Amino acid sequence: MAVDRSINWGYSISRPRAVDMDGNDLDAAWALIAEIPELQACIACGSCAATCTAGNLTPFNLRKVHTLVRRGEYKGAYDELNKCMLCGKCRLACPRGINTRGVIMAIKRRLGEY
Amino acid sequence: MKGASWKEYQKEIADDNYFYVRSCIRQNFFPGSEKAFLSILRGDLGKDVGEDLKHTSCTGIGYHTDIVPMETIMTVVARQFSLMSEAGYENLTSSCITSFGIYTEMLETWHEFPETEECTREYLYKATGREFKKPRNVAHTSDVMFKHRGQIAEHSKIRLVDRMTGNPLQVVEHIGCHYAKLFPKKGVGGSEFPYVLAGMIESWGGEVVDYPERRHCCGFGFRNYLVQANRGFSIANSQKKLESMSRYKPDFIVTNCPGCAMFLDKWQYTIAEMEGSIYGQDGKGIPVLTYEEMAGLVLGYDPWALGMQMHQVAVEPLLDKLGVEYDPGAKYLGRNGKYMGVPDQGAVNMNCTSQPYMRTL
Repeated sequence: MAVDRSINWGYSISRPRAVDMDGNDLDAAWALIAEIPELQACIACGSCAATCTAGNLTPFNLRKVHTLVRRGEYKGAYDELNKCMLCGKCRLACPRGINTRGVIMAIKRRLGEY
Repeated sequence: MKGASWKEYQKEIADDNYFYVRSCIRQNFFPGSEKAFLSILRGDLGKDVGEDLKHTSCTGIGYHTDIVPMETIMTVVARQFSLMSEAGYENLTSSCITSFGIYTEMLETWHEFPETEECTREYLYKATGREFKKPRNVAHTSDVMFKHRGQIAEHSKIRLVDRMTGNPLQVVEHIGCHYAKLFPKKGVGGSEFPYVLAGMIESWGGEVVDYPERRHCCGFGFRNYLVQANRGFSIANSQKKLESMSRYKPDFIVTNCPGCAMFLDKWQYTIAEMEGSIYGQDGKGIPVLTYEEMAGLVLGYDPWALGMQMHQVAVEPLLDKLGVEYDPGAKYLGRNGKYMGVPDQGAVNMNCTSQPYMRTL
């Protein structure tokens, strides 16, 4: 049906911030898992974010970026990961031995176009 | 669920002798529902229901928007109880979910903090010279209707089935948040498994739709709505529910809360105007009924006497599906046959507003 744009409602419908797992394209997330299978061992403890030097200076948070990417929320991931200085302290802190620096580089390689 | 566990989710509902307190907003948007409740209880079921013209708003809307202080609302609630005692009743039944939550909250507060009850008694006496007794039983009117659902089914003229196919109608039930999410023990089925509307639907022949956002709020939420700039959040909640339920092709929605019925009905128009989205079948909206309207239709009441011409989403396709007999020409005739006027054609009014009436002019 035609939408009448002339009506001034004084508000618009807020978009939910919920992650839509049914609607999101998860192909890139699955490709990331295929490249780094050890990512499935992540328990989201946040040690990577807690020990991150860049995270002390900016809102950068590897756990958040990783969680969103795994759920198909790719937008902004590349720019966010540009804040990483690749120092590798997160790799030393990870209790599951995940190559976190490798994860960051893989996400940047795969999701640059988002 | 095991039978023993389910017993923990039941509540006591008085069988007769109710003191009725009305809603502030229902008579504007669903004007026949409260009258239908009284007609069904008194006329069809032979119950004693009393009310007092002096009763006021519970001031719940003001309370939830931080305008009315707690001491004030407690005193207002105490005054309602005083009117109930004066009329000789002990069982309070409230038409509004917000009020039901308010009465329950104040009684629980008085129970946990007895000094607040003493203060309230003092305030009420100083302000009005009144005293009060606490009700023996507090039930929402949907609880009362639920309690007597079997008797209503025995008197039923129609069942909630498609008269063409004989299949049960698919019904979305929406429970107001303040019914059982505030005090789960005070609602049938608690906050996890509300059964108050589902029980009515099943008893009267329909089937309940179990959809992902079934327990999501309608978005009313007082402050979410009262400030115009916040309404985008309010309408987003209704949209989330409508999108979720539309995949299950419901025949209608039934709610037990004044705000929910109003919002799920009227936001359908707003969303259609804003975005062009319509959630019912064949380019039509999903009709939204109150439980009194649903019970009224089951008992053979005239839909226009139930006030169903005041709905935003027109109900005629549902009435046709149910096999309800109605006079299309009488849709916009109010009490005593007085012509009320015709609303503008709305996006979800389904092209069945006033044409039959216009032909009779």
